[in-house]
Order: sequence, then C-alpha cells, then structure tokens
Amino acid sequence: MIFQPEFETLPPEELRSLQTERLKKLVHYVYERVPFYRESFDAAGVKPDDIQTIEDLQKLPFTTKQDMRDAYPFKMFAVPMEDVRRIHCSSGTTGTATVVGYTERDLQVWGECFGRFITSADCGKGSIVQVAYGYGLFTGGLGAHAGAEAVGAICLPMSSGNTKRQVQLMHDFGTDVLACTPSYALLIADTAIEMGYNPAKDFKIKAGILGAEPCSEGMRRDIERKLGIQVHDIYGLSEIMGPGVACECECQNGLHVCEDHFIMEIVNPETFEPVPDGEWGELVITTLSKECSPLVRYRTRDITRIIPGECKCGRTFRRIDRIAGRTDDMMILRGVNVFPSQIEEVMMSFPEIAAQYQLILTRRGPLDHVELQVEPVPDFPFDEIRRLEQLKRDLGAALKSNLQIKVDVKIVEPKTIARSEGKAKRIIDLR
Amino acid sequence: MISQLTIFLQNKEGRLASACRALGDAGVNMRSLCIADTRDFGVVRIICDTPRKACDHLVEEGFRATLVPVIAVKVGDRPGGLASLLELLDEKGMNVEYGYCFSYQEGEDAIDVLKISDEAVELVLKDAGYQLLDPADLYVED
Repeated sequence: MIFQPEFETLPPEELRSLQTERLKKLVHYVYERVPFYRESFDAAGVKPDDIQTIEDLQKLPFTTKQDMRDAYPFKMFAVPMEDVRRIHCSSGTTGTATVVGYTERDLQVWGECFGRFITSADCGKGSIVQVAYGYGLFTGGLGAHAGAEAVGAICLPMSSGNTKRQVQLMHDFGTDVLACTPSYALLIADTAIEMGYNPAKDFKIKAGILGAEPCSEGMRRDIERKLGIQVHDIYGLSEIMGPGVACECECQNGLHVCEDHFIMEIVNPETFEPVPDGEWGELVITTLSKECSPLVRYRTRDITRIIPGECKCGRTFRRIDRIAGRTDDMMILRGVNVFPSQIEEVMMSFPEIAAQYQLILTRRGPLDHVELQVEPVPDFPFDEIRRLEQLKRDLGAALKSNLQIKVDVKIVEPKTIARSEGKAKRIIDLR
Repeated sequence: MISQLTIFLQNKEGRLASACRALGDAGVNMRSLCIADTRDFGVVRIICDTPRKACDHLVEEGFRATLVPVIAVKVGDRPGGLASLLELLDEKGMNVEYGYCFSYQEGEDAIDVLKISDEAVELVLKDAGYQLLDPADLYVED
C-alpha cells in the first residue's frame, strides 16, 4: 500500500519540477533567515537567484556537522522561538551536540515520511506499531511514534529496554510491526526464543522497520527468520530529521528517499565531485520543506549509492543502497579501509556464531592488531575442541580473503559480549 | 553411557574458580575434573554426583554448560591396563576423541572415561569382558 501516492508516485519529471520549485524557495528562505547561510553563500559568491535548477545546487558550499556544532544551540534556527514546537539533539558523545528544532509543520512532515513506510509494510488503522526505539532526545522513538500516529495506527510506546516485557506484549497484544534498531530486534527475537516462544509461528507480527544503525543482509535475514517478519531498513539522521528520510518498501531493494522533501546527491568523499548513479560515495542531503532547521547540502558522512532504475512497488522516489558505513566509522587497519558492515557480512555466513561481536583494535609495535570476539550459538557442540578450533580457522580465513587483513578470531563465552538495547558498541579502538 | 558435564570457559583469571564455586554452592560433588585448554579458551570436563542439576545450575548462572554422553570403563590397576583397552579399540577401528582416567575408591580399579562417537563401542567392550559403569554407579540420576 502507498500512503501518499500523490507524492510517492509522481512522474519523475513532475517530481524534478516540484524539487526545483522548492529548492528555489529554500535558498531565499535560508539566505534571509540564517546568518550562517548568508555568510557561506556570500563567501562562495552565490546569490539565491543564481539557483534556478537542481544542478545549480552544486554552486553552493556544503554544510557539515561542525557547522552545526558551531551554531550551538539555536543559531541555525530559521524561525522565531515561538514557532518551535520541539527540540531534538545528538548525544554529543563525539563533541558538542548538534541541535535540531521542529515547527508544527516539521513534525507533521516527519510523521508522514515515517508513516509512508508503515503503510508500505501493509499496516495502518487497527495495526499495532510497537516502538522500541528509545524515546527522548534521540529521534528514533518519537519519530516512529509520529509515523504510527500519522497513518492512524495504534502506537505502543515501549521505548527501549525491559526486553521480556517487550516480548510479552508483542505476544499478548498481537503487535503488527516493530520499530527499533536491528540489534535490539535481534535481542527481542532471541529473548522470545529463550522464553520458550517460537515468534515466527506464535506471534502475529509481520514487519520490522529497523534503523539507526547498520544492518547487514545476513543480520536482516536472521531477524526475519527468527521473528517471521519482513524487515524494512529505514534511514535517517538527527541532523536532517530522524528516521524516515529514506526507507525500503516491500520490495526490499534499496531505500526510497522521500524526494519531495529532500534532494540527495552522492559525492566522492575526497574530491566532493558528484559521482554517476550506481557509484558509491558520500550522501549529501538538502532539506526542501524544513522550516526550523533547514540544511543545504549537508554532508551526512554516510556511504551509499543511488540504485538506478525503477522499483516494482510503483513509488517513483529514487532509491539509495543500504548504508555501507560512515566515513567516520571507516577503520583504517594496516592501511586497508574496512567498514564494520564488511565484517558482519562475513560473520553472517557462519551459522555457528551468534550475531553479536566486538572488534578490539590495538597496536603491536608498528602494526595494527585486530581481534574479533565472537560467541558460539547456544547449540554449538563445544565439547569438541577441534570444532571450535576449526571455526576459528575458517572464520579467520574468510575474513582474510574478504578484508585483506589478518584478524585474530577469539571465541568467547556466550553472553560476555554486551547485548544492546540501543545502538551497539561494536568497535573498541585502543590504538 | 554416563553423563559428563562439559563447561566452556574463556581463558580469563578466576573463571574456573567461579565455575567451581557455583558448583560448590549448588552442593555438587565432583569425582573428577580435567581441563583441555587452548590459548583463548578451555573446555572443562567433569564427572560429578548430580550432573543434571549441576548443568542446569551453571546455565542459570550464565555459564555455557552441557551434558555429553561418554563411556566409563573399569580398567585393572596394573601396568598395561589402559594400553590393552586402547589396542582393542584401535583394532575395531574406533576413534577416541579424548579420554582421561580417575579412581574414586582407593585400591580399586581405575576408571577410564572415553569419548567415542561409534555407538557400537559399548557392545565391543562388553564382549571383550570389560566392565562399563552405569550412571547409577557414579551419580544420582535426576
């Protein structure tokens, strides 16, 4: 099902003209209201009237996370405080928090964007949406909540944590769709199984809208199998809006970007030149309808690509591929660029090990040492040491051939790797 | 076949002690314990008086523990006792994955615990006159 076909299925040329019209308004809007943009446009020698087409966007400078930090707390707000209805901000773990404000209209658009993907999961009025993202300054909980309300579904505002209760209500209430991080969905699934349920059979749930952290194809299949659901990968970032910027439809072949509200560009992360469709690069987003915290050419630091071609679902919004990593998360190990998602992909081809893992990076002399800690699955025959040793060797060899670096595999006791209720901490860099 | 308790432990200070403490607290009495260790982890194999209870308790305490069927054979307490047993198994083409010995009453026969996947092993040993221990000889069946 499609929630807003009047936008989601717009013919491409009409969509481009809608974007162009909104972009022209946006550049005037930010130039007049946000001193940062007036200064950065002036410094680049560009006037709002110079922007007449989507391609003209390339004349404008990028906006970075640092720019948002420098504007702490409200310097980039484009509306007077009496028009602001809510504020979200990033955790600030890597520096000053980035602050984003929402007007009433901004909140409505957010709900509609998320709602589009609840609808694509064939849910709406009468469906129960279990929101197990954290509620609070983090955009996950309230974003999914707004989506459920926008489509008239029944919202179950669980927030994250209290996993046994999540399972209990999922079962007793007959939840239709779960919204949380993939790692938490997996923990809920494993907890349900530990509690003696077979959620794939016993539970009504049919879909998961999972995001806020990377999810490999293997992990997705694991969640789908255990819960008996279809997983829709949802994308968003707090600086732009929160979850709902892009999401997979029922075809699960790339994430449709809500192009009526956002213009996406993919650029080479080193040269910042646009790359052709299909090529990987950094996702850059311009917001077209945000009133409080509009952004022009925001560098997301997320690596993806545009998937060329049309989607069978009928939506005309172009699709991006699953996020391969963040330019921030990219690890340089012995000179090789490695994303955590690559390690997950390899791990998932080993059914003998659980999905949780931890990567410990240390330096031994001049060289990086990479230790991957994994847990055997509950029914692994660990009485046979050669099976454990074999697993270690096979996994090490698979990692070596996929990543081109030597990884020291360490099999640890089950449950020693912390399960996460929010975003999982996978990498411990002690270098 | 008898039930052996197997515990998977990380090579980490105090891990074996805490497993043993957990067993002690549950009132489990061990007859034998042996450790097979590698660089990262150890596998601890235990014959005890209440294996089922011991295993359940350890799992509850967060250990990875399981029960594994093994053979317990009485072997004369004299030179060459074990050698004859192993020669017989070799002759029958039965592969021993691992094994260890213990004796639980002074002056009595030794007991060899063997892990052999071949199901015919019990018949072969009985035919050759070996005495196999039953669960009831070693522990409470719970």
